Amino acid sequence: MHLPPFEQLVEDHARELHRFLVGSVGPIEAEDCLQETFMSALRAYPRLRHADNLRAWLYTIAQRKATDAVRRRARRPARDLDGLDPVAPPVAGPTDDALWQRVGGLPPKQRTAVVQRFVLDLAYADIATRMRITEEAARQNVSAGLRRLRREVSDDR
Amino acid sequence: MTDELERRLTGTPIPPLDTAGLRRRLATRAADEGLLDVAYGTVDSPLGTLTVMVTPRGLVRLSYPGEGIVGQLQALADHVSPRILAAPERTDEVRRQLDAYFEHRRQTFDLRIDWRLVRGFAGEVLRATARIPFGSVSSYREVATEAGSPNAYRAAGNALGSNPIPIVVPCHRVLHAGGGLGGYTGGLERKRYLLELEGVLEA
Repeated sequence: MHLPPFEQLVEDHARELHRFLVGSVGPIEAEDCLQETFMSALRAYPRLRHADNLRAWLYTIAQRKATDAVRRRARRPARDLDGLDPVAPPVAGPTDDALWQRVGGLPPKQRTAVVQRFVLDLAYADIATRMRITEEAARQNVSAGLRRLRREVSDDR
Repeated sequence: MTDELERRLTGTPIPPLDTAGLRRRLATRAADEGLLDVAYGTVDSPLGTLTVMVTPRGLVRLSYPGEGIVGQLQALADHVSPRILAAPERTDEVRRQLDAYFEHRRQTFDLRIDWRLVRGFAGEVLRATARIPFGSVSSYREVATEAGSPNAYRAAGNALGSNPIPIVVPCHRVLHAGGGLGGYTGGLERKRYLLELEGVLEA
C-alpha cells in the first residue's frame, strides 16, 4: 500500500481546496479552514486504507470544516453583552456578501456542489468525482441549492 | 440558461493563497502535535544542492542532486511514515553542520542518526563506516571485518553503495585495498572532492 508523502497532497490540492473554501466560508475564514483541513487529514493519514481519490477524501474533510465554520458564525452574537461595539461578522463572500452568506447556509452537500459548480467552474462529472456521488446526484445538489437560494433571495425583496 | 443568480455566483474573485505561509504553519503545528514524522529541506553545497530529510529520531536521509527525490520521499513514506512535509527549518542543524564541514570549520558531525532505512548487515557496515575518523580511510574488507564478516566485502560494497546518509556517514572514506577509489553513489568526482577536502588526496 503506497500512500504518497503528505507534502504531495498539499502540493496537488491546497490551491483548489482554498478556492473551494473561499466560496464556502469567505476569504477570511478560508485560510483557517484550509489549515484545519490539512491538520485533520495529517492526523488520520497513516490509517487510510487506500490512496484512491485522495482529493475526494480531502474534500470531505474540507466540507466538514466549512460546516463547522458556518455554525460557529451562526452562534456568534451580533453584539457583545455590554451592547458596546458590535462584533464585526466575518465577511461571507468576496463580492456579493448577502448572497454568499446564503450559500454558506445551504445544507453541506448543496453548498459544496454549488461552490464547485460556480466558483470552481467544474463540470458535473468533475463534481461527481470530488464528492464521490453520481453525476446525476451532483446535478440534483446544484439545482436544489439554486432553488433554495432563489427562494431566499426573493423572500428578501 | 444562465439567470441573474447564476451570474452573481460565477466570477467570484478568489484571493491568492499564501502557500508558503500555509506550509510553514502546517509544519509548525504538525511538529508541535508530534505529527511531523519526516521533515525535509535543501542545503546548497559545493557538491550541489543536497536534500536533507530528518525525523524526530535524527537524520534519516541525505541525497545528492539527481538521485530522484520523489522516489526517496516515497520510500520514506513506505518505510517510515507518510506524514512527510517540506519543513526546511527542521533541517537547520544539519545545514549548519554541513556548511561548517565544507568550510573547513568542522571535522566531525554531531548529529543523531535515524537508521531506519538500513537493515541487517548493511546497518553494521554503515555503523562501522561512521566510526572512520576525518582524514583516515579504510577498505571494503576492513569495514566488512568491523561489521563482523571479513569475507563479506562485496556485500559491504553494496551496503556502502546504498548508504542513505552520505557525507555524514562517510562512505567516501572506504577505498579499494589496492589504492583505487572504488565507487561512489554521488559519482567519483564527489568522492575525490571529499577526500581532498579531508586532506587524504592532494588537491
